[in-house]
Amino acid sequence: MTHRARYACGSVDHALSRRKFLGATGGTALGAAALKTGGVVATLSQGAAANAIAKHDYRVVVFNMHGGLSQLESWDPKPSTRTGGPFRAIPTSVPGIHICELLPKTAKQMHHLCLLRGVNTSEDDHGKGAYMMLTGRRQTPAAEYPQVGSVAAKMLHDEQTGLPGHIIVTPGGGGGRGNEAAYLGPKFNSIHLGGDKPPQNSNKPDTIAAEAEARRHELRRKINEQYLTQRRSAVTDAYTHSYEQALKLMERREVFDVSKESQAAQDMYGNSELGRQCLVARRLLENGVSFVQVTHSNYDTHNDNFNFHIEQVGEFDIAFATFIEDLSQRGMLEKTLVVVLSEFGRTPNINLYYGRDHWSKAWSVVMAGAKVARGAAFGQTNAEGTEVTDGQVDHGDIFHTILRAVGVDSSQSLIVDGRELPIADPAAEPIWKVLV
Amino acid sequence: MIELDVTKSHVVHQWKADSPLIACRISPTAEQCVSTSQDNQLQRWNIADGQKVLLKGHDSWVQALTYSKTGDQLISGGCEGRLIWWAINEAEPKIIRAVEAHQGWIRGVEISTDGSMVVSVGNDRVVRLWRTDTGEKLHEWPAHERHIYSAAFHPDGKHLLTGDLMGKICVWKLDDRSLVRTLDGATLYNPNKGQNAEFGGVRSLAISPSGNEVFAAGTHKGSNPFGAVHEPLLLRFNWSDGVLAKSHVCDGIPGGLLYRVAAVNDATVTAVSGGSSGGILLFFNATQEKEFHRAGLPSLARDMDIHVGKGLVATAHFDQHLRISGLFA
Repeated sequence: MTHRARYACGSVDHALSRRKFLGATGGTALGAAALKTGGVVATLSQGAAANAIAKHDYRVVVFNMHGGLSQLESWDPKPSTRTGGPFRAIPTSVPGIHICELLPKTAKQMHHLCLLRGVNTSEDDHGKGAYMMLTGRRQTPAAEYPQVGSVAAKMLHDEQTGLPGHIIVTPGGGGGRGNEAAYLGPKFNSIHLGGDKPPQNSNKPDTIAAEAEARRHELRRKINEQYLTQRRSAVTDAYTHSYEQALKLMERREVFDVSKESQAAQDMYGNSELGRQCLVARRLLENGVSFVQVTHSNYDTHNDNFNFHIEQVGEFDIAFATFIEDLSQRGMLEKTLVVVLSEFGRTPNINLYYGRDHWSKAWSVVMAGAKVARGAAFGQTNAEGTEVTDGQVDHGDIFHTILRAVGVDSSQSLIVDGRELPIADPAAEPIWKVLV
Repeated sequence: MIELDVTKSHVVHQWKADSPLIACRISPTAEQCVSTSQDNQLQRWNIADGQKVLLKGHDSWVQALTYSKTGDQLISGGCEGRLIWWAINEAEPKIIRAVEAHQGWIRGVEISTDGSMVVSVGNDRVVRLWRTDTGEKLHEWPAHERHIYSAAFHPDGKHLLTGDLMGKICVWKLDDRSLVRTLDGATLYNPNKGQNAEFGGVRSLAISPSGNEVFAAGTHKGSNPFGAVHEPLLLRFNWSDGVLAKSHVCDGIPGGLLYRVAAVNDATVTAVSGGSSGGILLFFNATQEKEFHRAGLPSLARDMDIHVGKGLVATAHFDQHLRISGLFA
């Protein structure tokens, strides 16, 4: 799919906030009119613009549990069964809801959480499963779909924050430079952070004076403008946007610096890389970043599943529970959707070397905050956790629900090169029972 | 006393439980063997005829077992942190006492050389000593920075050894609980940064009957811990100075992990390898780096115990079987 735009008016500044543009032009009427012209890349379809204005304070943070978190060692324990493993279930702050004993701190935050225990995605491949969970669609050679982070950045982000709308925090900062935004354009691809470190090369070298720096950018802008008068495309716009965004980001570098937090806050999140990532995530959300993905690696425990889950889930429990409590106390949870997902779950059967393998037929996802019901468990698996018996949902339903939970009408479409592309899979729908 | 010939190792009995097995111990008289299984139960097997009696008292898996020296009591340690004393010789073994002993998993329970004390270790990183006859807690001390995987009393009756995830082996003086020295078993620790995985540990400790050598068992070369790619490793230390005397490795066991090591006598030590390469009994001596004999078992093994006097080895298997092998022709 091409990203070359057709700028009918010849003057729309793509760097201008879509929200500001729509607001300044009177909202839906003119916004819809712009669509009919074939307008800019991936504009909202009719009726969606007003909705977009109303939802602007919402944020999303996704905890991506790489490798496949075991649902039995987390959200859907089956103690004292053939498949249950050695861990027990513990009560939570919500009477009647029990989770694995590896999550004692999270159990105390259960009144903020909504467990989806009936997830069936029928895909046991890491790459395909991850794609499905992040795009809400099955992978197909015919089309690339944007990840939820890119969609959130497009639909929610206010560029005046000076920060990117789509940030992924990984241990070491690896990955990135993919095509996560697909047809939304490279502007909505993620920026990857390495743990609690600011983006690479985001500090101005001391050897370059501020005046010299300003002159360099002035020259770049002039050359750009000259070039764009004849050769403008979505790609060149993305380049321009990247430079301007980088400049703004350099000015706000302190946002990424967790040492600006009190020692008490740092201690509260735990002495782990994930804890520091969570603290960065909170700072980013506070400062207007619309989507942050925190990655916790790794859960692909074909061998020694229980020992590894003690370590990993134990680390997650401290950081995650603190994050939820912190957001709640700051009043941020009302406008922040928190999602804990993996590419799939793990087999109820315990293999010969105490491992669990890939299992996508019955596993769990967790949500909290925004418009999601609090203190709820939706869906159910059978006694040994091998099948969903009630409330079955899949990746498409979850994708719809994420968008709805932050005020985005997931049934709307985007116009790309004149083609109407549904923002989420039309064959799926939001899980209405968990939305309030 | 039976004439031992470990090269003639062969399975003489096998009995099936209702669930994959985890651990096993042979009684001091070798009349019975107790196993534990993934359904949280214990099984007492009569070695003469395979008669089975179930023991229920734990709410989780049981990885740690030891008999009292007299053989009339069994002490089991569960992953729920509970220690249970069983009157093991009764027709229907009763619980003598149950103690909530640890926060989290108990990974090792051992009886002292004179039989008067029981030690328990686990994920709370605390070593606890108990009176065998009353269950009274004698002492406890935070002993390691990471999960404690194993423990062993020295035959001199004066020392206790404990081993942890990082491969650190601590030697404690029993009279004043002071730390005498540490042995460096770090090669048993297999962290994998890419997988953010902590893996390995001193899975088992044993001491030669003379007390001159210490053995620490586990795994090394953990290039892919999540995929069970690692190899068995047995470390042999001098007791006198704590120096590593030999690292015993094995060829052709790419998914191997030594779950338990036990001294046959002062010349021979045996270990059982589980993992993706199946179940294998390995026999080592002081002169050879690699095992001098290996005996394949019908299924992946997860624990082992030996009764030297009767020449019997018990192994607990994933295929739900307890197997008794004879180390004789």
